[in-house]
Amino acid sequence: MNILVPLIVMIPLLGAAIALVLGRRRRLQVLVSLVSLAAVVAISAVLLGMVDATGPAVVQIGGWQPPWGIVLVVDRLSAMMVLISALMLLGVLLFAVGQGIADGDSDAPVSIFHPTYLVLGAGLFNAFIAGDLFNMYVGFEMLLSASYVLLTLGGTGARIRVGITYIVVSLVSSIMFLAAIALIYGATGTVTLALLAERIPALPGDVQLILGLLLLLAFSIKAAVFPLSFWLPDSYPTAPAPVTAVFAGLLTKVGVYAILRTQTLLFPDSPLQIPLLIVAGLTLVIGILGALAQADIKRMLSFTLVSHIGYLILGIAIGTPLAIAATIYYVVHHITVQTTLFLTAGLIERTGGTTSLSRLGGLLKSAPLVAGIFFLGALNLGGIPPFSGFLGKLALFQAGVASGGVLIYILIAAGALTSLLTLYALARAWNMAFWRPTKQLIDYSSAMSASLQEDPQDEGEVLTKKLSPLMIGATSAMLLLSLSLTVFAGPIFDYTARAAADIQNPSTYIDAVFPNGTP
Amino acid sequence: MSASLTLVILMAVMYAAGVYIMLERSLTRVLIGFLLVGNATNLLIFIMSGRPGSSPIVTGTSLDETMVDPIPQVLMLTAIVINFGITALLLALIYRSWWLARLGDEGDTVTDEHESETEESAEETFRSTSDDEDALQASLDESESHDSDTLASLDSPAPRTHREGDGR
Repeated sequence: MNILVPLIVMIPLLGAAIALVLGRRRRLQVLVSLVSLAAVVAISAVLLGMVDATGPAVVQIGGWQPPWGIVLVVDRLSAMMVLISALMLLGVLLFAVGQGIADGDSDAPVSIFHPTYLVLGAGLFNAFIAGDLFNMYVGFEMLLSASYVLLTLGGTGARIRVGITYIVVSLVSSIMFLAAIALIYGATGTVTLALLAERIPALPGDVQLILGLLLLLAFSIKAAVFPLSFWLPDSYPTAPAPVTAVFAGLLTKVGVYAILRTQTLLFPDSPLQIPLLIVAGLTLVIGILGALAQADIKRMLSFTLVSHIGYLILGIAIGTPLAIAATIYYVVHHITVQTTLFLTAGLIERTGGTTSLSRLGGLLKSAPLVAGIFFLGALNLGGIPPFSGFLGKLALFQAGVASGGVLIYILIAAGALTSLLTLYALARAWNMAFWRPTKQLIDYSSAMSASLQEDPQDEGEVLTKKLSPLMIGATSAMLLLSLSLTVFAGPIFDYTARAAADIQNPSTYIDAVFPNGTP
Repeated sequence: MSASLTLVILMAVMYAAGVYIMLERSLTRVLIGFLLVGNATNLLIFIMSGRPGSSPIVTGTSLDETMVDPIPQVLMLTAIVINFGITALLLALIYRSWWLARLGDEGDTVTDEHESETEESAEETFRSTSDDEDALQASLDESESHDSDTLASLDSPAPRTHREGDGR
């Protein structure tokens, strides 16, 4: 059954090649993309069940033994991440097909959309199942290169401008990652994660600190942790709606996954807990304060995205098994709900003609279904019981209280405040865009809109387009998925607890890669 | 682990120069800075292979003790390929942003000077040029039969039909 592991990466890559050849035959291209992603969903679901029952699945590429060859490892954490991202990619692809991004939207030349999208998926899956640092780097580069193309689709002035900022920032982060790999190789003589897990703790403490910090910095840029998150709110909202949704849901989470993997497996006794806690607190509060000032729904959502990365860093910093389990649950919750909300913003943009709150109104009447999706998504993100956002935060806070310490209590307060402010920002968006009658749009003044700032790139045009049933269907399906995280919270949380126990105990991982003992 | 001091100094200079140039506003310089920093990182990986030695090709059965560590070279090769791809993409983006900066939003709507031509009139143009060519060929044949010595000087390409695109 281990043969399934490399297929997770190979199927999307093959699909990308076929889709590129079929550039002029749109329907076939769509079919190829959908089939490839659906296949990955099925395979990763099987793998998840298998890994949960029998332990990590390990494949040595080409039969070369580690540490010389490349290994792919699927443990419980990887299987969960691959499954949820494959589901998201599939849902967003359906949305994109519905939106007709593939049939002559003037903003998006399209024969390259499907291949690039599949390469993005392949890179993402490769980063999740990589058993060595360098293969993880290759996965990162695959998904980043694809994201450069997707972000600058169509090459309009605004997209090129933000695209170049995004690319340069990502390049700096990639080079730091590569330099960190070089130094780690110099210090230990290997890049295989399982072997590093043994050799790095044997290094002198200050060398460990430098290596850990360099990796952490590189991943923090990708994950948009506070001082390094400046690039995100500018670049994401400019892309087409489905692309923004994928980026927001998945790209930052790869960074979080990499932090989680390296901090628990390679640097278990890292002295970075206190700096991480402080950074998490700043990410939470400053991110959400940014969201409060935005009039544009997409920019507001981008700021909440930055802010909620803080919860994940908080969980990683606390580092107890319960905290890690809560972090994994929260990652899954956040991927689904953030992707859904960005897709909903795409729906709002088409039906209301703009995403600026100061020009939207009366959507509850004109698009009741979109209103319902946005309302449930907003409650979920804001952390209202009984939704999964509430459960994830509750678990995180419980882990924090159990761990104790003044700083952690402050962080819990900041987390609760952030949750309320998120709710405020989203409720205001609901009030202004959906609840407010259209006739109040002229000369509207209220305390709610006093502090709002327009998107600097907003040109103020109102251009409505039709919604296709497929778009609404895809968005509703993703909403249902995020709600099912609430309904099945018990089994899912049990699973993430087992995943957390796995990564807290590196010997599971090491024994799976080196069944006959490490060299 | 021993490393060559020259390589270390070279790497340091490339990092310093690369970071400095990357901070400039001009995109071309950012690209040059990226190339310097990227290659400095490749050198860093290379330095991590330690002392120099013979090429790591196993001949016979015994391992040669003077072999260099091949893994950093493999990593470096992959990194070079990735850098190359990204550089190509960046060049395309820089060209595009230069295009947009020079022409603004009109960059995409440059008027096509052949826009007013219909298919028939284009056909007409082609037919008339081919008539021209036939006439020319006829006169060439004529002169050839008169004076074969001047053949070399007449061996020039047929007149090209000028058809300019929209500049892209």
